[in-house]
Amino acid sequence: MPDVTKTPGTAAESAAETAAAAGEAAVVAAPASSGKPRSLWSDAWGDLRRNPFFVISALLIVLLLVMAAWPSLFTSTNPRNGDLTHHFLTKPEYGDVFSADWFGYDKQGRSIYARVIYGARASISVGVLVTIAVTLLGGLVGMIAGYYGGWVDSVLSRVTDIFFGIPFFLGSMVILVSFSDRKVWVVASAMAFLGWTQIARVMRGSVITTKQSDYVTAARALGAGTGRIMFRHILPNAIAPVIVVATIALGGYIAAEATLSYLGLGLSEPTISWGIDISDAKDSIRDNPHVMFFPAGMLCITVLAFIMLGDAVRDALDPKLR
Amino acid sequence: MTVTEKTANAPEPGTDGDKKAPLLEVRDLHVEFHTREGVAKAVNGVNYTVDAGETLAVLGESGSGKSVTAQAIMGILDMPPGKIPQGQILFRGQDMLTMSADERRKIRGRKIAMIFQDALSSLNPVLSVGYQLGEMYRVHQGLSKKEAKAKAIELMDRVRIPAAKQRVDDYPHQFSGGMRQRIMIAMALALEPDLIIADEPTTALDVTVQAQVMDLLAELQQEYNMGLILITHDLGVVADVADKIAVMYAGRIVETAPVHELYKRPAHPYTKGLLDSIPRLDQKGQELYAIKGLPPNLLRIPAGCAFNPRCPMAQETCGVDVPVLHQVTERDGTELAGRGSACHFWKETIHG
Repeated sequence: MPDVTKTPGTAAESAAETAAAAGEAAVVAAPASSGKPRSLWSDAWGDLRRNPFFVISALLIVLLLVMAAWPSLFTSTNPRNGDLTHHFLTKPEYGDVFSADWFGYDKQGRSIYARVIYGARASISVGVLVTIAVTLLGGLVGMIAGYYGGWVDSVLSRVTDIFFGIPFFLGSMVILVSFSDRKVWVVASAMAFLGWTQIARVMRGSVITTKQSDYVTAARALGAGTGRIMFRHILPNAIAPVIVVATIALGGYIAAEATLSYLGLGLSEPTISWGIDISDAKDSIRDNPHVMFFPAGMLCITVLAFIMLGDAVRDALDPKLR
Repeated sequence: MTVTEKTANAPEPGTDGDKKAPLLEVRDLHVEFHTREGVAKAVNGVNYTVDAGETLAVLGESGSGKSVTAQAIMGILDMPPGKIPQGQILFRGQDMLTMSADERRKIRGRKIAMIFQDALSSLNPVLSVGYQLGEMYRVHQGLSKKEAKAKAIELMDRVRIPAAKQRVDDYPHQFSGGMRQRIMIAMALALEPDLIIADEPTTALDVTVQAQVMDLLAELQQEYNMGLILITHDLGVVADVADKIAVMYAGRIVETAPVHELYKRPAHPYTKGLLDSIPRLDQKGQELYAIKGLPPNLLRIPAGCAFNPRCPMAQETCGVDVPVLHQVTERDGTELAGRGSACHFWKETIHG
């Protein structure tokens, strides 16, 4: 017989060794101050803080968010100002290494540095908006399908399958081609409309697993109603994989926006976005690669940061997947 | 003040039934599970009653239908695949199986509560125990967060968790097994229900903690004058706590008896086999008795008495006729109160 009194138990979720040790210490030293209680989330936070990948990606993301919110902190140059005397100039050509425009200039003589800084807002807004919309819509569909099961599940799962079957890029292009002025929210809505299926599937699976837990049965046996069981007991336990998938997907949505803009069906001018700049640079890539290098590099760094963050969050929330 | 008085003064939904009826009466309950391989008959006509202040121990091995019966009473059976084709579950004379879902929900927790076997998996890992205890008051009585927390601390004190005030915000994994089971008990007790169903409350605990938890449960039961259904497969656990015992086998009650009578003189070969298979110090060195064979597959319950393939006393009739629960009498014919045996040869079993 396992020594139940001492083992904090296998199901002690993210309680890695540290938490287990802390739990045991708390049990032993109960009458004295047992320190701050440790929830799943505070355990996860403790893990995250010590993960260098999390620290690096979080710092990058904070930097990008600040860039998106207050681009004028980083540059005083107007990104829309073209000066044809600067046509395709690179930094070594004009000499001043410490200039404010040290990424060089594009075809129309606009500062690439300023455009990269101002491009963050559109790219990140699309990514964040799509992620929020997808999490809400997919999460709700997945929760209802998983919780009620039966015919509700059958109907919702088939609807999910239908949307899943529509190719993401083809579908968004078909939708976006009918808009001439494609602002951030238009592109984000089109992408969210087609992108929620993954979250719905993850949520459904997670809810079905959680629904079968003893504590859900126990809550029901003690008289909790449907809403309380769904949102108080199932949701906090089922949300972890959704957060992980959503964080990783955020990077993917930013890349998808750039892809659509490159194809000419994403955001449209005068919005400044990395995808549009990459698209503009494609004609001159042989002679002036620097014009594409910087927006593409920023895009890669941003996507990488979100994927790294997602991985770190997954490791912290579910150590078993590591 | 007993709970019965309280409910008599202020009738609440689901309790305006017959006050003279037993607290809980299960009548001819059948439960089956429709699986791919066929229909598994988990419960086949169970009858029992529990009164206020009384403890009924339901004894049986795994798959005998004891837990399924409890789940049917609580209304937490997964349906489908579960199905209740016939039977009644009367709570104060009202059939719970015909009530609306909302009426039943109001009884759960408030009138009938349940203690689960594995406290760690039955407590929500992401919510603090204080929150989970307080939830009972917030859901059922609409108390504020602060009041609910104060009540939670009071409850933790009542089940004797040391330093309740400091530990109220701790999470389930920070408690030891015995403490967690106390929290489960506290949750069940929160609204002072009339009936508590404890489904193997001590199985996951080690022996010393088992005794403490059982004592606590018995003490609280007396204090509140609650009915208690104690589901267990541990003959040792029941002896001190229970008033009467119902032994289940293959979804049927095969023997009922007041607790000490059963240990002294079993009237069913299955009960006798169970008692003989308890290791005893005075039989040191001898081979321990074991009931031969395996419990029946619920998809294919043997014809006649379900126990007949394993029974040392089986005769031809046992494979044909299903024995009813006979009233057990003394040799001279005086009835033994509360005793019944579903065996064709109960006389031979009890009187040798």
